[in-house]
Amino acid sequence: MNIVEIKNVTKTYTQGKVKVHALAGVSVSIAKGEFAALAGPSGSGKTTLLNLMGGLDKPTQGSIVLDGQKISELSQSRLAQMRLDKIGFVFQAYNIIPVLSARENVEYVMLLQGVPANERKDRARSILDQVGLENLHDRRPAELSGGQQQRVAVARAIVSRPSIVLADEPTANLDSKTGQGLLEMMKEMNQIHGVTFIFSTHDQMVMEYAQRIVFLKDGLIVKDRFSNLIGSGASNTQHESGSVALQ
Amino acid sequence: MHFQLSWRNIWRNPKRTLIILTAVVIGAWTMLAFSALSRGFMASTLSTALNNLTGHIQIQAPQFRDDPSVENRVENPGSIAETLQNILPREARWTFRIQVGGAVSNARNTKGITIVGIDPEKEPGISFYGEQLSAGKLLKQGDKRGIIIGHALAKEFETKPGRKLVLMTQGADGETSSAAYKIRGIFRAELEATEKQFLFITLPAAQKLIGVGEAITNVCIKLPDTDTLDMTATDNIITSISAALPKNVAVLAWPDLLPLLKGYLDIFDSFMLLWYVVGFVAMAFGLVNTMIMAVLERTREFGLLKALGMKPVRIITNVLLECLILLVLGLFAGNLLGVATVTALSKGIDLSFLAQGSEFFGMGTLVIPFLEAKDILSVNTIILSLGLLVCLYPAVKAGRITPVDAMAGH
Repeated sequence: MNIVEIKNVTKTYTQGKVKVHALAGVSVSIAKGEFAALAGPSGSGKTTLLNLMGGLDKPTQGSIVLDGQKISELSQSRLAQMRLDKIGFVFQAYNIIPVLSARENVEYVMLLQGVPANERKDRARSILDQVGLENLHDRRPAELSGGQQQRVAVARAIVSRPSIVLADEPTANLDSKTGQGLLEMMKEMNQIHGVTFIFSTHDQMVMEYAQRIVFLKDGLIVKDRFSNLIGSGASNTQHESGSVALQ
Repeated sequence: MHFQLSWRNIWRNPKRTLIILTAVVIGAWTMLAFSALSRGFMASTLSTALNNLTGHIQIQAPQFRDDPSVENRVENPGSIAETLQNILPREARWTFRIQVGGAVSNARNTKGITIVGIDPEKEPGISFYGEQLSAGKLLKQGDKRGIIIGHALAKEFETKPGRKLVLMTQGADGETSSAAYKIRGIFRAELEATEKQFLFITLPAAQKLIGVGEAITNVCIKLPDTDTLDMTATDNIITSISAALPKNVAVLAWPDLLPLLKGYLDIFDSFMLLWYVVGFVAMAFGLVNTMIMAVLERTREFGLLKALGMKPVRIITNVLLECLILLVLGLFAGNLLGVATVTALSKGIDLSFLAQGSEFFGMGTLVIPFLEAKDILSVNTIILSLGLLVCLYPAVKAGRITPVDAMAGH
């Protein structure tokens, strides 16, 4: 079953008198439980596609269906509710609220969902333990390393029990060892919780962890491949996907 | 947790928070202190005016207010005395008076004045008469040739107790009537103008001077421990007295006798409100400016919150909550400071060095600042409600931040 279905999506930005086609007609489907990467050089449209999937932006043309709901036609308010209920986000930086502790950051999204206080606390503690931050629940972001901050962001993304987690270059600001640890943790969360992960990257090491890699270039999908083996630099068995409409 | 978040957010930049708090504290403090001082001025003016032979209620002939002459007198006031004994509360005080215009002269000077015929036993406590003597003594009951004059008049006339003065006025028969009196004492009043305007003889002496028999020109009533500005009790008493007295006398409350002062008092609260708003506008610029800076600094954070699913209205209420916390903290300190200032000045501010100036406004020389609950309520309501209203601008600005732009650093 597909969690995301994107059909003929274009996105054009206007900068002064110049029109920039960030996505020039993209169609792709992501199945539930996938651990997929959007790869490509800077300016290829990865982040734009991720933003559209997450309802952070609206397509110029085309349709996006997320978990059975056509989000390209939703109002801002309903998009916000959908993000709250169905999507977890992990950004490259500025991910967590600096005045709240790790636990409070994780709890905050549940507060917005209306989860009762006791349940919030229990779930926040449990998920922070799962992402390897056992003794750091009460630390503020300034007292955590970059990798630990990203773990808090992943914990926050998962704790709200979303259908999908979208991560925009989550390891871009981390050293390779920390980035690798984060990816392993994300993969573990994907397997334990069955949450779909889609992340954008142009880092080869990150791509090696992905179960599926969708390559973008100049706003178009140029390749879509699945691998059998995941992570740790293992050479992947890859094949072209027949289910993806390449534009 | 929203409160926790807002509380921590406002202390992210303590310097900036302290600047906003200082603005709110100074705003609230000055508004309260100014209100208290203005109320003190107003109370002093009113008290001086009422003490200046006006009282709370007067009974007089209907035409006397417009034409205070002997023709407009009240004959046979005995029935009035009986009515007042029955109706007025026990602690209320009242007295008969003759009050007519005239002239005083001695060998050196002649001057237009108001001759006040009083009951020497009943008058003290109703007006300033008997409060302060600078020389001599007060009139005694039955003194037919004694006179009490003001300190300023005595100085102008270069006279003193024991010396004579001649009073001249129009008698009931229309002819000029005059008589000589011996100065018994010299009184002091809050205002120099009062010392020059009024002089006192006994009621029988005044009745004899103008030839009106037992008639009087007015009855002055002073009510006990009443809130002068709350006219309910006064109006009730006036209604009872009016019903009991014949129609050929008028029962007037102090606002009828002092219409200008009443008008000033009526617009006083509007002036205060205007002052609060002006004071607030000055404060609002600082408040909005600083809140906008605080919002712009956190653009990425608001973008993140929106990406997580926070609705614009929640972002707006969170920013408003930060404003509310700042306003409440500032108001708390501002109120404390305001009340402390008023308490410190509770013994009064001596304005005798401004005697001429304060006299111009009809104020006494001692002004005691005080606050009314409605002043504190108005100041706090205005700062709080308008404060939140102006904070709506940065709050809406925060609510409009889009995640994509915020994350892209636009």
